Order: sequence, then structure tokens, then C-alpha cells
Amino acid sequence: MTAPLLEARGLRVDIGGTTLVDALDLAVGAGERVAILGRNGAGKSTLLTTLAGLRRPAAGSLLLGGDDAAALPPRQAALRRAWLGQFQNDPFGSTVLETALTGRHPHLGRWDWESPRDAELARGALAAVGLAGLEARPVHTLSGGERQRLAIAALLTQASPLYLLDEPLSHLDLNHQMAVLGLFAGAARDCGAGVVMVLHDPALAHRFCDRALLLDGDGRAEAGAVDALLTAERLSRLYGHPLRQIDDGGHRHFVPE
Amino acid sequence: MPTRRRAVVTLVVLGLLAAASVLASLLAGSLAIPPGEVFAALLGGGGGAADIVLQLRLPRALAGFACGGLLALAGALMQVLLRNPLADPYVLGISGGAGVGAMFALLLGLPLIAVDGLAFAGAFAAMLLVFGLAHGDGSWTQTRLLLTGVIVAAGCGALVALMLSIAEEHRLRGMLFWLMGDLGQGTPWWPAMLALVIALVVALPFARELNLLARGLLQAQALGVAVDRLRYAIYLLASLATAISVTTAGSIGFVGLVVPHLIRLAIGNDQRLLLPASALAGGALLVLADTLARTVIAPQQLPVGVLTALIGVPLFLFLLSRQPR
Repeated sequence: MTAPLLEARGLRVDIGGTTLVDALDLAVGAGERVAILGRNGAGKSTLLTTLAGLRRPAAGSLLLGGDDAAALPPRQAALRRAWLGQFQNDPFGSTVLETALTGRHPHLGRWDWESPRDAELARGALAAVGLAGLEARPVHTLSGGERQRLAIAALLTQASPLYLLDEPLSHLDLNHQMAVLGLFAGAARDCGAGVVMVLHDPALAHRFCDRALLLDGDGRAEAGAVDALLTAERLSRLYGHPLRQIDDGGHRHFVPE
Repeated sequence: MPTRRRAVVTLVVLGLLAAASVLASLLAGSLAIPPGEVFAALLGGGGGAADIVLQLRLPRALAGFACGGLLALAGALMQVLLRNPLADPYVLGISGGAGVGAMFALLLGLPLIAVDGLAFAGAFAAMLLVFGLAHGDGSWTQTRLLLTGVIVAAGCGALVALMLSIAEEHRLRGMLFWLMGDLGQGTPWWPAMLALVIALVVALPFARELNLLARGLLQAQALGVAVDRLRYAIYLLASLATAISVTTAGSIGFVGLVVPHLIRLAIGNDQRLLLPASALAGGALLVLADTLARTVIAPQQLPVGVLTALIGVPLFLFLLSRQPR
């Protein structure tokens, strides 16, 4: 039996003296897709950075591919999980292709330069997010949505088995929202990638994920299959606003009252 | 993204430019020496001109090259460390600390060795002070580091002003030249040159990691960079490079801020090329500026810091205006 891609044991996440998540047990295996939902400030991003091993948990332990994340050298960790943050910036400017190539860093030796094969991978990733032909453009000339897709392309070039995505749909239009979610669903189905993503739309979470993790923001967290957990009643409590559920062709939609 | 081959070509061209600048500095001076005699002197031939070339001009040119290279390299590193295009080697108070040490020595009329020693001690003390204070609560953020550095620099500036205002009249000129940057102090050139070589050798293996660091700390860490260790190392390296340069030639302004930007505008922001190219270009710029500083109104000499700005400003504005936005 192989170890899960990610495993949290009794994880506690604190920020500024308050506990956001407590005693969280979570395992993500190959091909699994998990949505993290919760109100603003409930600790979704903080939990995700902790799950990526970029932030020390207040208690508990985190395993990446079966090994303790705290003891894993950064480069090894980068080969086991890719993390998409909410903000990308580059104060000095670079081109689209250079940015997409940053994902290759953990695969290269100290003295290596990116090879033609790396460039090919980066071009492929750019094409996958609909940015083919923009390779030479300076990043600061891109729109917000294009930058978001560029960040996703860089993530794809990292080619790790686990994707941790913080609001991957921000700035994206409807068309690209579906394309990006379809892309990661495909990676999970075809390549056995694990995907954990912070989402704000419970309908998309239901449609594109197997499991959901609901954060109440006071230490409590509830995980379960999307069918069981993503109901109008539970989500109304989660968001503190009454929601109505509409079923349509196997998809669930949630409409605020 | 530059390919490895383009990087080599760029560096060779800049290396030739640097060699040309050193050669120009050997030829030019209050006593014009024909190229033939300069070459003869370099190849070991004697003659009256040989002393001037080998004892005066060559050491000064090499010191200038090393200091310019150190400053440009330190500037490029500081800009990545603070992720701020306005950062320069002096922004964190290193030159301020050196200035306090040097002014104290000059104020008391101590010999050159004491001026150099106290300047380096001051720079080192400022470095430790900023590091200790900025690191205090373990956060070690860019903003905290920058604020601490700027405040320490301001404090040093006040001490320097205090010493200038109580200094005796005949010492003032030497003190002002030191503050503006001056290669005519006679400090040996080889420590700075050695430091430049070591700094480049230490920094270059980490250049690709610096590219990622410029994009953000978490971002870099997620891509496999040991961020904390790398930032300590850059801080230490950039600070020591600055301290050695300032000890050798006083606080020459502008090179550390502008040369990395010049290179960035010309060839992009890949640190693997930017760091060595900045070192070469910074060295060449400072040698040229110093040559002008001692020839424009010869036999009078100007502080070289004035010339670096006078050359650098129009060059920089030209490149900036040419850049498509």
C-alpha cells in the first residue's frame, strides 16, 4: 500500500492567537479531489499553506508522500506538492515563458539551465491554460485573469502529484473557470493527481470534487463526501445565510434566499 | 530568458568593456603616457612612465573596478532581498556605520590604517545591529528589515553630521571626499578584488533561487528554495561586499542602485546573468568615472561619487525612455 499524497494528523492551525482549525485529520490519496469551503477569515488559506508545509502547524503533524513535511528539504517537498497562492507578483518584471518555467526549478540541478525540453513543457502548460502565443509578453501587460492562468501554467510545469490551490478561479471568466476545473479534474482522473482547492462556489465544489472540508473558523472542521455534506441546510449554517438547493441533471445549485 | 550561450557572449562583451576601461585609465592622467610605454610598463619594461603606470594608475584602476563591482553586486542582491527596486547597498545603513567610523578616525587625525579599520568596524557594527533588531521577533520581514536599516542609517547620518560640524577646518575636505567616495586614499586594491571574486563565486550558484525569491517568499519556498537560509546568506554577502567597498573607497553613491537597473533594462532580470554582468559593468563604470574625476580639472581631483552620478543619470534616463512600456 502506498502512502497518501498528503496526510494531516491532529493538525492545529493558529493565527494571531486564535485557533482556526483544531485536531484535523485528513488524508488525500491519488486521484482524490477535496474542496475547502468556509467564510472569509475562516482559515482556508492559512490551512492550505500549512498543508503545503509552508507554515508550521501549531500542533499535530503533516506528512507529504509518507514523510514528515517538517523534515523534508524544500526541494523534495516541491517535487511532492505544488502550491498556488492567492497573490502573484514580480516587482522586477519578466516574460510569460520565464514565469511558466519557474515551475521547473525543483527539477533542475544547481548549475543547470532550462533545457529545450523544459521550454517545451512550459509551452505545453501555457497552451493548456489558453496562453499559447503569449510566451514573449512581459507579465505586467497581462490582465488579472491571464496572470492567474499563467500562475496555473507554472504550477503545471512543476509536475508534482499533488496540487494545493488557493482560490484557483479568482479573476477567471466563466469559460476559464470551467476550463481550469476541468484541467485539474482531468489531472486527477488521468494522472492520479491529488487536488485540494479552496473554492467559494459550493455548486462547483459539488461538481468537481469528491470530498469537501467545511471550516467553521472556530476550530471545528467537518469533512465528508460532497453528496452528504454539501446540502442547503449545512451550507446555510456554514455561510450564515439561508440557501436553497436546486437539483438539475445531477448537478446541485445553491441559490441565496 | 537568456540562453547559456547568450549569457556567455554578454559577459565576454562586458569583460572586454571592463578591460578597455582599465586600459583607458592607464593612458589618461595629468601626464599623458603613450600606449606603447603603457604596454611596455605592463609587460615589465622599466622607464620613468612605468612607475606612474604600475605604482599609481594600475592599483587605483583595480581598486575602482573591484569597488564598482562589489557595489553593483551588493545592490543587485539587496534589491532581490528587499524585493524593492529602490534598494541599494547603502539602504540598510552599512555605509552609515562605515561613515561614523571613518569620520571619527579623520576627526582625530588618525592614520589611514585606522580610518580603514574603523570604517570596516563601523560597517560591521551597523550590519549586526540591523540584523539583530530586524530579526528580533523572528519575523524578519522585508518591511521590518528595511525600516530598521533606514532608521539606523539615519542615526549614523546624524552622527556624521555632528562630527563634520565640530571638525577642524583643515580636516573637512578629507572628510567630505571620503563621504562622497574617493579612490585616491591609497587603500590597497587587492582585498576588494579578492572579495569581489569570492562574492561572485558564492552568489552565482544561488542565482536561479534568487530569481524565485524576487517573486515572493512563500512562492519561492513552495518551489523548493530554502528561503530563510538564502535570505540570511544574501544579507551577509551583500553587507560584507558593501563594507569592503566602503572601506576601500568611501561611500561612492549611485553605482549600486543604478548599475543593476541598467543591466536589467538591457538584458532582463535573470540573476544568473544579472549578477556577473552587474559586477563587470559596475567595475567599468567606476573606473571610467574615476579616470574622469582625476583628469577633468587636473591636477585638481574631483570625488568620484560626483562623476558616477553625472555619468549614470543620463545613461539611465536614456535606457528608461527607450524601454517600451
